[in-house]
Amino acid sequence: MSLVLRETFLAFRRAPLLSALSVTTIAFSLFVFGLFGLVALNIRLTIGDVAERVEVVAYVKRGTPVEVVTVAAADIQAFPEVEAVAHVSETEALARARRDLREFQDIFQDLEANPLPASIEVQLKPPFRNATTAAEVAHRLQAFTFVDDVRYGRDWVENLDRLRNVAAAVGLVVGAAFALVAIIIIGTTIRMAVLQRAGEIAIMRLVGATDGFVRAPFLLEGLAKGVLGGLAALGLSYGAWALIDSYLIRAAFFTPGQAALGMAAGGVLGLLGSAVSVGRHLRNV
Amino acid sequence: MIKFTDVTKDYPKTGAALQNVSFHVKKGAFAFLTGHSGAGKSTALKLTYLADRPSSGEVRVSGFSTSRVTGREVPLLRRRLGIVFQDFRLLEDRTAEENVAFALEVTGARRSAIGPRVMRVLTQVGLASKANQYPRELSGGEQQRVAIARALVNDPVVLLADEPTGNLDERATRGIVQLLRDINASGTAVLMATHDLDIVKAMPEAHLVELQHGRVVYDSEEDAGPEAVA
Repeated sequence: MSLVLRETFLAFRRAPLLSALSVTTIAFSLFVFGLFGLVALNIRLTIGDVAERVEVVAYVKRGTPVEVVTVAAADIQAFPEVEAVAHVSETEALARARRDLREFQDIFQDLEANPLPASIEVQLKPPFRNATTAAEVAHRLQAFTFVDDVRYGRDWVENLDRLRNVAAAVGLVVGAAFALVAIIIIGTTIRMAVLQRAGEIAIMRLVGATDGFVRAPFLLEGLAKGVLGGLAALGLSYGAWALIDSYLIRAAFFTPGQAALGMAAGGVLGLLGSAVSVGRHLRNV
Repeated sequence: MIKFTDVTKDYPKTGAALQNVSFHVKKGAFAFLTGHSGAGKSTALKLTYLADRPSSGEVRVSGFSTSRVTGREVPLLRRRLGIVFQDFRLLEDRTAEENVAFALEVTGARRSAIGPRVMRVLTQVGLASKANQYPRELSGGEQQRVAIARALVNDPVVLLADEPTGNLDERATRGIVQLLRDINASGTAVLMATHDLDIVKAMPEAHLVELQHGRVVYDSEEDAGPEAVA
């Protein structure tokens, strides 16, 4: 094992330029992928924020006793899709209207009777914030006899659904393309390192080194380069994010878990790239 | 030790490199494989260290047979052989000592055992004083001595040499041949491919196999007929 470590270290020391070049190449291809990841992440977060406003509102018939509504609200809370239920009384509705709709303040001020109905506002759990579930829940709310009308902004929710689908499809296709490019570039870089040491590999085999022995330093080297490249890519992504966040738009950065996952991905890419390159080389000579 | 039985080797592009070749190098022998370039000498050596397998026939080397040996066993065979080439094949970025030690390290030898063994073979080839020099600082003859030391460090049963003097001047050639004779005298078999007939003539007692166009045309240990070497 110590010999493998030494050989790996030697490989870096003997070909510092090529090693630096591989790490840089890996770093930049992962950086591009990381930038794309940031864009995808922020689009998803934004859609999530917007989706939080998906709400099904059931208007309660005038004169319905409060206890009936309260009991019904508890039932609705028990729906598996439902995150929260709020009961807004007629008085609260008026107070809210006065507060939120300042331009109509005069009208609300001069009222003799409250024209606004009480309502039950239903918030859906994150995975259910889509048109199908909203319609489903609206239909169920309609079945309560005290419910007058149910609204959930159908057009708006349907548009949100469409946006989400497009974002997911584009993310998948573009992400896969970027990942593929990164894999090819990293594979080529590592192949260069293998070819550069073809003579050494031939000599190792002549003096009786097993394939596993020949392979081990390359795998470790690939892993190290991948992790180093991943680290550099993370740094570059962080720099890019910091610039965008302070000068362009507020944006979110990867969570530590996501960042660690990215670095691990770099390491795995380096390891796999090396395994494939060395394996192919060993089969061909 | 090394036994070729009716060996044919075809290459898809260039055709037959060896045809129905049979010869037997005995334990502890000194054998020459001669012939013009392209006669099949290098191919025969490659089959011996299992860099290639015969298209038909069998090569037996130190208990390993090409018809049975698996890919995993090849490194084990190589550790029992010492191999030397015309172009030395040293690692340019390691010293003479490191080049020799490398052959022991890859076999997983204990570190404490490596140093003394490396110095012993470097002394044997007369290069103990240049152990810390890099190949580019050594003459051709010296580089070949390092390569021979590397081949010897695993105590091989046979030393394979493919035109070991091909890149050397006459003086260095004599030195290398003498070294190979000394190695043979201490019990290691030597199979040397060469087209240098002066070397061959200087050792009339050696086993001689001559190849022409991939066929054996003379074998001093068989009653091979009249087509003797010139």
